[in-house]
Amino acid sequence: MSMMLMIHPDKCTGCRNCELACSMEHEGNFRPKASRIHVYTWEREGFSVPMMCQQCKDAACVTVCMPRAMHRNPANGQVELDADKCIGCKMCVQACPFGCASWDFQGLQILKCDTCDGSPSCAAICPTHALEWVEDTISAQARKRSFAAKLKNAFAEV
Amino acid sequence: MHGWIGRILRIDLGTGKVSTEALKPELARDYIGARGLGTKYMYDEVDPMVDPLSPANKLIFASGPMTGTFAPSAGRYDVVTKGPLTGTIAASNSGGAWGPELKYAGYDMLILEGRAEKPVYLWIQDEKVEIRDAAHLWGKDVPETTEALNAETAADAKIACIGPAGENLSFIAAIMNDMQRAAGRTGVGAVMGSKNLKAVVVRGTGAVTVADKDAFLAAVAKASTMIKEHPVGGTGLRLYGTNVLVNILNSVGGLPTANFQDGHYPTADKVGGETLAANQLQRPKGCFSCIISCGRATKVTNPKYKGEGEGPEYETAWGFGPDCLIDDLDAVLKANYYCNEYGIDTISMGGTVACAMELFHRGVITLEDTEGLELDFGNAEAMVEAVRLTGLGQGFGRKLALGSYRLASLYGHPELSMTVKKQEMPAYDPRAVQGIGLNYATNNRGGCHVRGYSISPEVLGVPFKVDKDTIDGKAELVALFQNLTAALDSTGSCLFTTFGIGAPEFAELMTSLTGFAYTGESFVEAGERVWNLERLWNLKSGLTAADDTLPPRLLKEPIVTGASKGAVSRLPEMLPLYYGVRGWDADGVPTKEKLSALALA
Repeated sequence: MSMMLMIHPDKCTGCRNCELACSMEHEGNFRPKASRIHVYTWEREGFSVPMMCQQCKDAACVTVCMPRAMHRNPANGQVELDADKCIGCKMCVQACPFGCASWDFQGLQILKCDTCDGSPSCAAICPTHALEWVEDTISAQARKRSFAAKLKNAFAEV
Repeated sequence: MHGWIGRILRIDLGTGKVSTEALKPELARDYIGARGLGTKYMYDEVDPMVDPLSPANKLIFASGPMTGTFAPSAGRYDVVTKGPLTGTIAASNSGGAWGPELKYAGYDMLILEGRAEKPVYLWIQDEKVEIRDAAHLWGKDVPETTEALNAETAADAKIACIGPAGENLSFIAAIMNDMQRAAGRTGVGAVMGSKNLKAVVVRGTGAVTVADKDAFLAAVAKASTMIKEHPVGGTGLRLYGTNVLVNILNSVGGLPTANFQDGHYPTADKVGGETLAANQLQRPKGCFSCIISCGRATKVTNPKYKGEGEGPEYETAWGFGPDCLIDDLDAVLKANYYCNEYGIDTISMGGTVACAMELFHRGVITLEDTEGLELDFGNAEAMVEAVRLTGLGQGFGRKLALGSYRLASLYGHPELSMTVKKQEMPAYDPRAVQGIGLNYATNNRGGCHVRGYSISPEVLGVPFKVDKDTIDGKAELVALFQNLTAALDSTGSCLFTTFGIGAPEFAELMTSLTGFAYTGESFVEAGERVWNLERLWNLKSGLTAADDTLPPRLLKEPIVTGASKGAVSRLPEMLPLYYGVRGWDADGVPTKEKLSALALA
């Protein structure tokens, strides 16, 4: 069992405080382009979705990393980047199916969520709990239950 | 510099000349940013007698030092210019993410001069600035323009633009950013239209830096907690939006009804925030860095008024609702969507339709004038159609686009326009709430509630409760709220943060962010400086104490029904007291002593 960042797009207001907290945590300033998390908003519908590293079990970024800078930490189950080993080849950027590893052309570094060493600043600042740092087993159950409740309400109206 | 970027972008649309210049640190410290700093530049560079729609008027987009940081709900920018609706200095502020993006691109302010020969838009990517042809965008509405520009520039670029109303130089046109947010008041959209400028597209990759990181993080944490724990800032606005106020104002008899003929509307609840939350609300939305989330993503499925978008705010629901004797929330939302799509200020639009309805009801205008539109009180379909026609500049909409003062004057009845300095008043009846009437009358941009929101203590009891019906202490209260608001507007903060924090917290945020030492007192004094500078501009542009008044109806005709039945505004008693509190003479002119105390002499 390990921890995961749970995304609830239905609760996201699109405020981007998570981007700002991430940038401040890692860069010491407010530069959303250097954030490891980004929120995408569809303005017509008013719907927003935060996107960040999913810490995949079978992680493409780890597979393609020649110098083995990107690796899984067995202690916490997270995919971590050893910046000292990184050669900046950007293969992880190309391999990630979610686009959640990116290249910072100003800082000359790979940008990937490191969960702030197990205490993600994005989840801490999120004003609506659209981002939650939870145990991966429990989180899955909570999501299942919340969807079951929606189904219950839908059937109750029939 | 910290907080501020320290750089201004200046573009002459007539010659195409693009230049940058340094922001002077002492100006930034004294005028803060956004509304204050923009006004200072207008005052120094533009003749207050300028025709607002001439190339000699300037159009300034100004962020504040907190814009782009995670100070709670502080992502705003101001559009500063001479407003065509009012003839006053105009500063119209807006949330969304456009203001922060301007700073990430490397600029605190964008100063636009002159007039482009043909329609253009600006594409600003950090250092790179292009003036591009906008012929293909002219005539497009705001969502269409936004999507087209995101497609031809960058998907993550932020866009401020005008719709058809701004192109047609409507006096009540807004500048829209992020598709759904509006710099609405005083007709700033017409100034953009007069410059043949369809849009300003920005994408920035830079940073906003902080002077004392640990102190700033602590100040933000404290301020955020205070706002989140506040019943209005932390809970009420997220659940019901600003439209939670419909039932509150109606219950105290201060909900202007039928073009301010009354202060109570029996079925007001049908257009209230609670009804909206139960029906059309999809989810709350937040502007950049917002922790309050009062924005409303809504959807109407009723085929007659089908649509989706953001809104309504309280003012909008009131303007298209009770002020027009309409309680059909779907119709109200449709009118709101049209305003967002065509780029119109919803408060002035609602007030103008209500005025037209009274003119029609009294027989001053007829079906011939309205070109067949049955624009009487209660006709929801006609109201929605009137908004559509205004947005497109068609039919009777061409006259509505002038705003209610010019409309009513055309037909010889300016007294039926519920305006101050020609701008439509918002949704708080000055007869029922004495302080807000004094604020409307003295407001530097005319009929406006958000420059001295005395409703907070007078009706909501925040941060303390005062008697709404008394005039005792109202001069001091209104002046204090006006000063505090001028300062916090200048930081880039949202007014709603005051449902939680006040001057001491703003001073802590500003000090740790910028490195300049502010106290609660010096922060409010900066606001007083801004207020007096706006006043000086207005006096130089020809306004006098005679303009510090309310429509005669509010001074003479008592409210007919509801909890404030029988009340009239006691403005004439309050105004001399207010001038005294301000340190102004009997003609409302700031004295030399006051100006030198504020370093404005």
